[in-house]
Amino acid sequence: MSNVKYTKSHEWFRAEGDLVTVGITDFAQSQLGDVVFVELPEAERALEADEEAAVIESVKAAGDISLPFAATVVEVNSAVEETPELVNEDPEGEGWFFRVRLEEASALDTLMSAEEYAEQAEG
Amino acid sequence: MAQNALKDSLKTPLYDLHVELGGKMVPFAGYAMPVQYAAGIVREHQHTRDAIGIFDVSHMGQMLVSGEGVAEALEALLPIDVEGLGINQQCYSVLTTESGGILDDLIVTRWAENAFFLVVNAATSAGDLAHLQNHLRGCDIRVLGQRALLAVQGPKAGELIGELAPDTRALTFMHGVHTKLFDYDCYITRSGYTGEDGFEISVADTAVEAVTRELLKDPRTAMIGLGARDTLRLEAGLCLYGNDMDRTTSPIEAGLQWSIARSRRAGGDKAGGFLGAETIFAQMEEGVSRKRVGFTVVGKVPVRAGADVIDEAGNIVGKVTSGGFGPTLGASIGMAYLDRGYEKVGTDLYALVRGKQVAITVAKTPFVRQRYYRG
Repeated sequence: MSNVKYTKSHEWFRAEGDLVTVGITDFAQSQLGDVVFVELPEAERALEADEEAAVIESVKAAGDISLPFAATVVEVNSAVEETPELVNEDPEGEGWFFRVRLEEASALDTLMSAEEYAEQAEG
Repeated sequence: MAQNALKDSLKTPLYDLHVELGGKMVPFAGYAMPVQYAAGIVREHQHTRDAIGIFDVSHMGQMLVSGEGVAEALEALLPIDVEGLGINQQCYSVLTTESGGILDDLIVTRWAENAFFLVVNAATSAGDLAHLQNHLRGCDIRVLGQRALLAVQGPKAGELIGELAPDTRALTFMHGVHTKLFDYDCYITRSGYTGEDGFEISVADTAVEAVTRELLKDPRTAMIGLGARDTLRLEAGLCLYGNDMDRTTSPIEAGLQWSIARSRRAGGDKAGGFLGAETIFAQMEEGVSRKRVGFTVVGKVPVRAGADVIDEAGNIVGKVTSGGFGPTLGASIGMAYLDRGYEKVGTDLYALVRGKQVAITVAKTPFVRQRYYRG
């Protein structure tokens, strides 16, 4: 799991070669509660840093996913659009949102490790 | 997030129990209230539709208004037939303003010839009290600050409460009885805010935790938070004060004309005589410029309060006042105020969500059939 990085806003990024899979953390899904709607970006969309890339709506709140770096969407997980509960059931597995190709391979370096994330999520 | 607001919040007598049961506490109307427990809003909602949900609604205001001639006096504030209420019968009503707006909505129960028990919204409770004191000179108005309120709602609630307090078995919707539950004195009414059969139990704040713990021993019951209370009432087509009506909306605009008693309408035996009657009668006669309606959403995206509603040409024709996902329906639903001409069931419109047009259709409410026990 050492290739998984986290943001303060509770997204996770798993690097596999030059592709990065994006999702929200277990902590984030537990805060959101029952997810009822997910809107994903279109494949091949070029995302700027901090641009709203996906929307997540739970029964009680709306949230979004943005990346702290520029990237291009290569694949989306349409299963979470069909079955939004996957985000609650398996947020860091089957409940992934989309895959991107980074513009700069080093973009993930500044993000938090699992340990750092766990510390700040608790604090 | 909102930690300070939570810290400064009042606590209901069930606060410790909520925390013990894993309630996620949020500030609501000045109180720290559980928005959900571990099961989550969707499961809590479904549990209430299938079995029995228990809700702490102790934040709501409970008052006793009494004195010689109090029924007639209340009719100056409430457009219902207060004098016609039987002992232990209750009625939904709005408190109208001088300009025909809605100061609050409440349930009025006749406890005795000259005594009425009121349950009002938490956030408006202080204003209601001042309003009653202003207008009901000579009546005794007491805030029942030492009483808690539990709602026990769902298709199996009648069985359970009937077993525990046999004199509730004869109760039909909107009737109450002074009785005992686990040996504690309480006042139980057959009413609620979920669209299901169920009860509201007014009990001493010192007894409510014991009563709740006893009720929770029954496998049919589960605690339900405010999140599911909101989805349940939305599916049942019930208005939330502050969202779906307020001082700036009249009961006619809010679609609550059914709550104005026939005898209090123009041409009735006791027509008018309540605040704002002229305005309200004129609206009943001439129609209103906007009206509250229900709507369904094409697709799953939740359309929430505050979203603008537009027509095909892009003109803003209304605003969403409540909305979200209805777990029983598995679909997004809501309520909106729409300009005259757009309120017909079946009208296709759009709501603006994050700048995008989401197709909605004006729909009949309730969205889920109400299952009140009428005998």
